[in-house]
Order: sequence, then structure tokens, then C-alpha cells
Amino acid sequence: MLARILQSRAVWFSLLAAIVAATLPRFVSGYVLGLLTVAYYFGVFSMAWDLLFGFANEVNFGPSFLIGLGAYTAGILDNLYQPPIFVCVAAGVAAAMLGGVALALPALRVRGPYFGLTTLVAVLMLQNFIVVAAGLTGGEIGLTVPDVLSIDDKVNYWLALGFMTISGALLYGLSRSPVGLILQASGQDAVQAGALGFHVVKHKLAAFLVSAFFSGLAGALMVFYLGAASVSTFVDVTVGVQVIIGAVLGGRRTILGAALGAVFLIVAGETLRPLGDLATFIVSAVALVVILAFPGGLLGLAGGAREAA
Amino acid sequence: MLFWQILIDGFAISSLYALGATGFTLIFGVTGVLNLSHGAIMVAAAVVAWAVAGSFGFGAYAAALFGVATGFSLSLITYVLIVRRLQQTRAIREEEKEIFILTATLLWGIMIQEAIAYLFTNNAKTVMPIVEGVVTMLGVRTPANEIFTAIVCWVAIGALWGFVNRTRAGKALLAASMNPRGVTLLGFELSRIYIAVWAVYGALAGVAGVLLGMFLGVSSYSAGPLTASAFSIVVLGGLGSVSGSLIAAYVVGYLETVTAYLVSPAYRAIPALLLLVVVMYLRPRGLLGRR
Repeated sequence: MLARILQSRAVWFSLLAAIVAATLPRFVSGYVLGLLTVAYYFGVFSMAWDLLFGFANEVNFGPSFLIGLGAYTAGILDNLYQPPIFVCVAAGVAAAMLGGVALALPALRVRGPYFGLTTLVAVLMLQNFIVVAAGLTGGEIGLTVPDVLSIDDKVNYWLALGFMTISGALLYGLSRSPVGLILQASGQDAVQAGALGFHVVKHKLAAFLVSAFFSGLAGALMVFYLGAASVSTFVDVTVGVQVIIGAVLGGRRTILGAALGAVFLIVAGETLRPLGDLATFIVSAVALVVILAFPGGLLGLAGGAREAA
Repeated sequence: MLFWQILIDGFAISSLYALGATGFTLIFGVTGVLNLSHGAIMVAAAVVAWAVAGSFGFGAYAAALFGVATGFSLSLITYVLIVRRLQQTRAIREEEKEIFILTATLLWGIMIQEAIAYLFTNNAKTVMPIVEGVVTMLGVRTPANEIFTAIVCWVAIGALWGFVNRTRAGKALLAASMNPRGVTLLGFELSRIYIAVWAVYGALAGVAGVLLGMFLGVSSYSAGPLTASAFSIVVLGGLGSVSGSLIAAYVVGYLETVTAYLVSPAYRAIPALLLLVVVMYLRPRGLLGRR
């Protein structure tokens, strides 16, 4: 298996991209670094989503439910008691994984659009809860966190890049492992996978837990990078939509493509910002054209889809 | 007094929800598509009506007509340019088409929304109402427009019912929702039925959008929440079941109105969401869902 992974062109390309990215702080301004830092966290969100969609075949419309749980749990804990940051992050991850179980329960009972709807409702519930419990969560104004990861742009940048690289390696390895294959089989034909003796429920639950783990971890870390949490950056449906579009744009069922798509989306959105409202229009239009014309996504365009499929 | 007020206000809002959700559920029932650009199409219809009345000085009726025409054309564009292409392509596996259609219609909705924001700014707009004035009903002062909204909604829903159950084209459409292959075998062109459904849907969404613009006002920000509320009403009622959606629209409309009047307007969306979660866990196919 390891040999097969090392033969994949996408892996070598990603490794090269990560090395190039690691040297960027020498050349570019703090503004660009800040932008890329956020983009890298989004990359992890998209990869975690792709594990659920591309492999377990579960359409999760609520990535921001898991992200938001991780982000807000970590943020609230830090705001109230100021424990060390890693304690807050661990609590955020735990909350997100609990949320993952809560999402997985209906997923094991209902299929297709019905499951998608439950996840969407989960996001709306969380959003409403945050607004109503404003005393605890800061409500619509947002929550300020007293601690930050680092005050240095470069350290923050390297942390985010390292985090994305390690998450990508783990998720990619998992997706190419025997477990990933069983997951894919369970997603495509649960009955047959079950007949072959694989425990479908166990594998799907595991996929939800892994996806929740990375979403929650990325969400919690991003809170300590930004020093604040708000509904519009972590929980809103549009955040989840961006995560999904990133993954589909980059190429579904590729993990690495998801990160590429998410980073592209964030950077393109920011580059076009001077155009005002037109920026989102153009980014959406480009994404729509890619989806219509090249359903394999950016990575599919680059010829990586054949080996990934 | 408060009781009657809740009853009347709730009825008007619920009727509007019912009309908005009917088209949405019709599309799903017949073509299996969840159109996530729904809210954006409604907003576009309302904003065009507003612009036609405001900038070109047309009367309220002409403005409303332009609005409905906008909903109609946008719906057909959505189908022909986006949904049909994705349904017919061979590059995507069948079981993945759903997510592609969802993502694509969502992107399309965002494009419409941003285009509106760019051309007409994202300020809230109220469409020139067709009926003005206030009527006192059961001791409650009610804007005549509110009553007009409820009446038009029910006329439109009634027309849809008549079309589906009483005309040949409507019956073919109903049959297509039950068994597409059977309809094809009987010599009906499925692609024409689909075009017809999207046309009907566009007209319904257009009417709902214009009425919404007269009643509550819209802005480009309303697109997402509108799609979400149509979504939750349709799920509550059961995907694809029109009568289920109608009941669900009233349940949601009244729950929201009661909460807004008796508790606080800030909490208005919460009871309906809670109900939705309970329904999803206990009866995932919704109140009257088939599958």
C-alpha cells in the first residue's frame, strides 16, 4: 500500500507544493500570509468533508455544524476559564466528535436527500442556539478569545500549513488504505458490502468520527488564530457551502483535490475583492462552469482523476 | 383580540409559505431535483417587479407581471442550462448526480443573488402593492394587502390543483412523478413534461416572490433563508407530497407567528426547527411522505 501511495503523482505534487508553500514567508507580505493561513484551515474543512462524501457517500450539508461545535466549544472554554490552549482545542475536538455521532445516527437510518436535510437542520439549530445563548456565546456580535496561537504571522502560517499537510497525509493515507476501500464499498452498495462480511455501520460511524475530528480540530485552531469566533465565519450555511464547493471544485474522492479547491476558492475570492459584489458572482460562475464542464474537478483536469478513481 | 390577530397574520404568512413550498415540492416530486436556487428566483422576481414599478413607472399590475415573467424565465434557464445538462451527462455517476445538481443550483442561486446585489444594491425593497388600505376584520386592523396575498396564494394553489387533476397535461405530469418509465411507454415525451413542470414551477415561484415583496419586502440576503424555509417546510410535509407541504406550511407559519407574538420575535424560527428535528428522527419521510 505504501508503495502504491508513493507512486501516485498527486502525492509528489502535493509534497512539492507544501515545500514551496513553506518557503513563502520569505517572499510575501503578512497580508498574503494571513489570507493563506485561513485558506489552509478551509483546506482541512474540505478534506474532512470529502472523506464523508467521496468515500462514505454521505452528503453532509452541515460541515459547519462540526466546525462550529469545535470552534465555539474551544472559544467559550477559553473565554470562561482560560485553561491552556491545548485543553480548549481538545474540548473542541471532543464536542465536534460528539456532534459527528449525533449526525451519524440519522445517516444510518435515512438515505440521500433526507440525510442531507438533517445535517442542514443541525446547522440552523446550532446557529439559532448561538444567537439565543448570547450571554455565553457572544451571539450575533461574536465571541472574543483572550488567547491566540501566536502573534507572529509566520508562525501562524507555518502552523496552519503544517496542520493541513499532516491532516492531508493522514486523510489521504486513510482513504487509500483497506479501511478506505471498505468505506467506499459501504458507500456505494451497503448491502453488498455487508454481505461480504464488512461491518458497514462501524465503518460509517468511524468515517463520521474522523471527519468530525479534523473539522473540529481545524475549527478550534482557527479560533485561536483569529482570536475571535462568529457565526458568519464558522457556523453559517454559507461557510458550509464554501467547504462543499471547494471539495467538489477540486475534485471529489481525491482528498488532496479538496484542499486545492478550498485554497483556490479563498484566494480567488480575496483577489477579486476590489470588484465588490461581482467577486462572489465570478467565483461562483467559475465554480459552476468547472462543475458543468469538468465534473472531475481541478485535479481531474490535471489528469489525476484516473489514478484516484 | 390577540388570538384573532395571530389567526389572521398567521394565515397570510402560512399561505405565502404554502405557495413558495408547493413549487419546490412539485419539482422534487416529478423530476427528483431539489432546486437550491429557489430563494434566489423568488427574490429576483420581487426585485424585478420593484424595479419595473419604481424606475419605469409602470403600474402595480404590470410590475407584478414582469416579476412573474422573471421567475418563469429564470426557472427555465435553470433547467435547460444547468439541471438538464447534469442529468444527461455521462461523466458523472448516477448516484453522484444528486450532489452535483444540489451544488450547481446552489452556485446558480448565489450568482443570481450577487447579480441582484450588484445591479440593485442589497437594500430591502418593497414591491408596490396591488391593493392598498386597511380592513377591520374581527376587530383586528389588517392591511388589505395581507388578505389579498392569502387569496392570490390560494387561487394559485387551486389553479395548480385543477391543472394537475383535471387537465391532460397535468395528469401526464402526475403520472411522471409516479412512474417515469410507464409514462414514456404510453407515448408521452418525458423531456416535454419536465419542461412543463419547470415552467409551472417558475410561474409559482414568480407569484410567490412578487407577493412576498409586497407583503414583507425582500433583499438579496433573503435568498438563502427563503430556500431554507421552503426546504424545511417540504421536509416536514414529506418530500414530493404537495398536500403534506401545504399542511406543513401552516404548521410552520403558525408556530412562527405564535412564537413571535407570545414569546419574542427573536425566537420565531426555533420551535419550527425543533419540530423538524423531532420529525426527522421519528418519521424521516415527513408527515405525508411516500418513501
